[in-house]
Amino acid sequence: MSAQHVDLDAKTVAVLKSSFKANGQATLDRLDQDEVQKLCSGHDLAQPVDKAVAERIEKSQQATIKYPQGSLLGDWKNGEKIAQSGVGKQYSDDPTAVAGGNCYACHQLTKAELAYGTIGPSLYNFGKLRGFTPETQRYAYAKVYNAEAFSACSNMPRFGYHGILTEQQIKDVVALLMDPESPVNK
Amino acid sequence: MKALVGALGAMAACAAIAQQPRSPAEEIERYRAAIGEANPAELWEARGEALWKEKRGPKKASLEHCDIGLGPGAVKGAYTVLPKYFADSDKVEDLESRLVTCMVTLQGFTREQARKDPFGGPGKKVPMDALVAYVTAQSRGMKMNVSLDHPKEKEAYELGKRIFFYRAGPHDFGCVTCHGSDNQRIRLQDLPNLTKAADAQRAYDTWPAYRVSQGEVRSMQWRLNDCFRQARFPELEFVSPASIALTTFLAHSANGGTFDGPGMKR
Repeated sequence: MSAQHVDLDAKTVAVLKSSFKANGQATLDRLDQDEVQKLCSGHDLAQPVDKAVAERIEKSQQATIKYPQGSLLGDWKNGEKIAQSGVGKQYSDDPTAVAGGNCYACHQLTKAELAYGTIGPSLYNFGKLRGFTPETQRYAYAKVYNAEAFSACSNMPRFGYHGILTEQQIKDVVALLMDPESPVNK
Repeated sequence: MKALVGALGAMAACAAIAQQPRSPAEEIERYRAAIGEANPAELWEARGEALWKEKRGPKKASLEHCDIGLGPGAVKGAYTVLPKYFADSDKVEDLESRLVTCMVTLQGFTREQARKDPFGGPGKKVPMDALVAYVTAQSRGMKMNVSLDHPKEKEAYELGKRIFFYRAGPHDFGCVTCHGSDNQRIRLQDLPNLTKAADAQRAYDTWPAYRVSQGEVRSMQWRLNDCFRQARFPELEFVSPASIALTTFLAHSANGGTFDGPGMKR
């Protein structure tokens, strides 16, 4: 990278820091990037993330995943509520309110919910298509916990890693995806 | 206004019994048809024109000699060249920033006074929204033509581009998360790919806009402020350097498009 680019990158951070103010739970340290965010902020999107860099991100993020003891399958009904709710981490949100995952903002999940976004792939019939196996449950848990472990520079938030959702909430989302009784698999 | 409120009520009733979800764009078209092609933003434009000409502030001066890009007092077409570098402030400024500058230099307000209350809300009408609506409406039908000739304009563009791709916060979001690919939507809301000229033009050329769901005219500064809120960033400060840099990137990306604001949005 040229010296000019390095200067501009440094100046970008300085300009950002002079342009935001803390508001409630959204404090200024949110502008500080971790390694993944830094590596995924390349300003030439025509270039996909370098393969070696992607592997490095995925490996480092795999190591962050904490699997719970026992069953990974929670309550799909609660999982559906989590998928519907976009509450959480905005300065306009009550920081004591139960947060959501806002899955429907980006994914199709059930047949009943027509107001779904398309930034992520359709997850309709997620378990049915992949098989209701413990391995797939484990994958679903890990993917929601830290999507960067599987797909470097993914648009999907790291719900477990960043503490957006609790362990139990992620299990409930896994149930929404993986319980044979969940409307996702009907 | 009564007809307007009635139309809104009718729209809500239709939405409630609708079997198939209509896209927000379709709903806006239905709403526009229901109110006879008029955009309520015209009320803001009229109020803004009166404010532009009104003698205000400690110096009891109007804004009629404000240079917003094409020389003192020139309003027609001025929005199409913004943001741009201004020698008197030695800064790149967007429309809102420039209005603040003129409220300080011409009208004698303190910068703090000029910057407070940047956005209206329920029961609160602010001069800034109206002035923005008035000035931008005078560029309707004209082509966006933002220059990067001055080194500071070029730098603002480069910084804005980097801010667009800057991912941070508890959700790892950046502008690019939602606005970096074609044909995507959040829920049913279509998202423009702001890295592509055609989408950038369609999006930028229709802001500021009357937001049907909020009953307010919203400025570009408001649009950016609210995007960062949803992206889980701290609060973007009004007319901050980052907001102007990002606007420079977006406005330049929309060059060649025909400005059609204030628009009407969901």
